[in-house]
Amino acid sequence: MAQKITIEPVTRVEGHGKVTIHLDDNHQVTESRLHIVEFRGFERFVCGRPFWEAPVLVQRLCGICPVSHHLAAAKAMDMLVGAGDGNGLTPVAEKMRRLMHYGQIFQSHVLHFFHLASPDLLFGMDADPERRNVIGVILEHPELAKQAVLMRKYGQEIIAATAGKKIHGTGAVPGGINKNLSLEDRDAFLNGINGNPDLSADKMIEWSEAALALLLDYHSSHTDFLDGFATFPSNHLSLVRPDGALDLYHGVIRAVDPEGKRIVNDVDSRDYLDVVEEEVRSWSYMKFPYIKELGPKEGWYRVGPLARLNVCDFIPSPKAQAAFEQFRAYTKGKPNHMSMHYHWARLIETLHAAEMMKELLLDPDLQGTDLVTKGERCGEGIGLLEAPRGTLFHHYRVNEQDLITMCNLIVSTTNNNEPMNRAVNAAAVAQMTGKAEITEPMMNAVEVAIRAYDPCLSCATHAMGQMPLEVTLYDAAGAVLDQQRKGM
Amino acid sequence: MSETIETSSETITLTIDGQEIQAKAGQTILQAAQKNGIYIPTLCALHASKENGLKSDIAPGTCRICTVRVNGRTMAACTTPVAQDYIVENDTEELNDLRKTIVELLFVEGNHFCPSCEKSGSCDLQALAYRYQMLSPRFHYAFSSREVNAESPKLLFDRNRCILCRRCVLAITTEDGKQLFGFTKRGDKSGIIMDEELVKNISEEQAQQAMHICPVGAIIRKEKGFDTPFGQRKYDHNPIGSETVCTTCNGEKS
Ligand code: SF4
Ligand code: SF4
Ligand code: FES
Repeated sequence: MAQKITIEPVTRVEGHGKVTIHLDDNHQVTESRLHIVEFRGFERFVCGRPFWEAPVLVQRLCGICPVSHHLAAAKAMDMLVGAGDGNGLTPVAEKMRRLMHYGQIFQSHVLHFFHLASPDLLFGMDADPERRNVIGVILEHPELAKQAVLMRKYGQEIIAATAGKKIHGTGAVPGGINKNLSLEDRDAFLNGINGNPDLSADKMIEWSEAALALLLDYHSSHTDFLDGFATFPSNHLSLVRPDGALDLYHGVIRAVDPEGKRIVNDVDSRDYLDVVEEEVRSWSYMKFPYIKELGPKEGWYRVGPLARLNVCDFIPSPKAQAAFEQFRAYTKGKPNHMSMHYHWARLIETLHAAEMMKELLLDPDLQGTDLVTKGERCGEGIGLLEAPRGTLFHHYRVNEQDLITMCNLIVSTTNNNEPMNRAVNAAAVAQMTGKAEITEPMMNAVEVAIRAYDPCLSCATHAMGQMPLEVTLYDAAGAVLDQQRKGM
Repeated sequence: MSETIETSSETITLTIDGQEIQAKAGQTILQAAQKNGIYIPTLCALHASKENGLKSDIAPGTCRICTVRVNGRTMAACTTPVAQDYIVENDTEELNDLRKTIVELLFVEGNHFCPSCEKSGSCDLQALAYRYQMLSPRFHYAFSSREVNAESPKLLFDRNRCILCRRCVLAITTEDGKQLFGFTKRGDKSGIIMDEELVKNISEEQAQQAMHICPVGAIIRKEKGFDTPFGQRKYDHNPIGSETVCTTCNGEKS
């Protein structure tokens, strides 16, 4: 008898989603879908507002990575006010923004690894869900939990010092920044916030290395799982510095095919519309982007940490570079298609962010006073950056009175829409084919596949690992056969 | 009712919240209170200072947030002159709830989205909402349809946030005394209009002054948004009401 299984909401991701898995009469998976059921509408209601409000307004899209939206919009506004397209700012402005961004990447990656992903890794995907959550981590690995809290705090404090507030600050303004970094703040970040040496730049690097070592250790004992789970070939897209370095703040658009061949060759980010196009499907509020030249069938791609490490040539910070070399050697220099290796890539980036924060803190430019640049105004601004979850596109048009008339946002999670659907299907086929009964670990496996992408489904802030889960079985006629709930 | 206030040297004695104070004839209850360090909330009235460029206090009497009881009757403190032996009630539960109601009405009547408003942190209406602990308004939102006027090259006029206090009308003039802003229509159709020609030629300093005079974020200087970082905004450290005596003249002006 045909069945339809619904997992709603998906837990331990940011926001709400719903998974449906369609089984045929023989319990074979015929189709799987990740539905994004939330609707935010920012592209419409930013219209009619003055352009300088955009970086402050649109960051409300998200409570986890508001800095990414704040900076992407600010970069678009830089273009509008004639301050270049990511390269025309004063050194203090550019470096303050980069510090803000690395603080953001750091805290977000730490949050994802320790809070959302580590319960599956530490306890196993099929462990009792009562234990397999962040509270379980705190109870059974208190040292690790403490590190996670302090690492996240460090990133958040960096954001507060650069943007003004930990969440939803106003630091980046069109053409620059509204403050520099005080010497007091700099010393606190280098030596330890509030005199606590555990909250120092060096400690962040040390703990990032330890988190990476933890994952690699796990990998050595769970190689088959991490390498095989939800693995499928794909294209990968990200920004890179023009010399091929990993650059999370600014760069050119590059994409590679499953073999590593360039399919988008370092295109100026202002020409993003020549590169990507978006498709709409009736069952999800989230659009499906693809590389224009390849079309929707062949052109879908992955973004985020895994894609970035597949696309870039090197990482410009020594410890992360060493880790990157190991990562690339694992797939013999070819793109890595293993969804679970997102975690590995994410931790390499965490280490890179920690190194970059220290490097920036030591830079006297951060105490400069030349904060804003302006040039010739134009009517269109495009700002791209690499948010924690992947490439983020912001595009605005403005009328002669400075009011926004058009806004297009392709957020990181949108780019990963098709890959997440494929990951869900891969997990469902592996876990549920031929099974008559649906168990909690099977459902969790599907969630694990989604979670590897660290999606921000609604860009919301409500993840506690205790979100309710509902599973419904339907027969071919759509009648409910069985219903199971947890945490409700 | 006076919009600018003349005072004489005659001394008057009155009590506010049971405290006996001295004032000068012609002063308003609000001025007398401010001089004596007693806080009465205001939105439309403005004490003259170097910072806002006003030569004399203004009191349009439009907002009624300063409502007090004078010998048992409710009056606007900013427009009611002091008189001998007045007994004024100000900081009472009833009056503060009335003030909170006014704040709530202003919020539901306009379209206020503080998170993206540049005046946030320096806005008198928002600061009063904090003072009176407004959580959510008890009235339905009106979702009024309000226009944004961005015609002027220097000023953005966002009617969504205008509380029709009339400060801009009285305080922002050309050197030869021409008003840049004015009222139009009546009742719920009332609104502020600008003299497009005059506003077009406004200087950078005057644009800054206009933004400063407006108690909310209805008048915003164009292009230079959000240049005051957190921690440096007007109410970041001290809530509204803690600056009772004007620091510029230290209450000595009158
Ligand atoms: S004017 Fe004041 S109350 Fe209105 S949105 Fe701006 S900050 Fe909020
Ligand atoms: S624009 Fe500002 S100053 Fe003028 S009436 Fe409206 S709120 Fe008052
Ligand atoms: S302050 Fe008195 S009526 Fe507005």
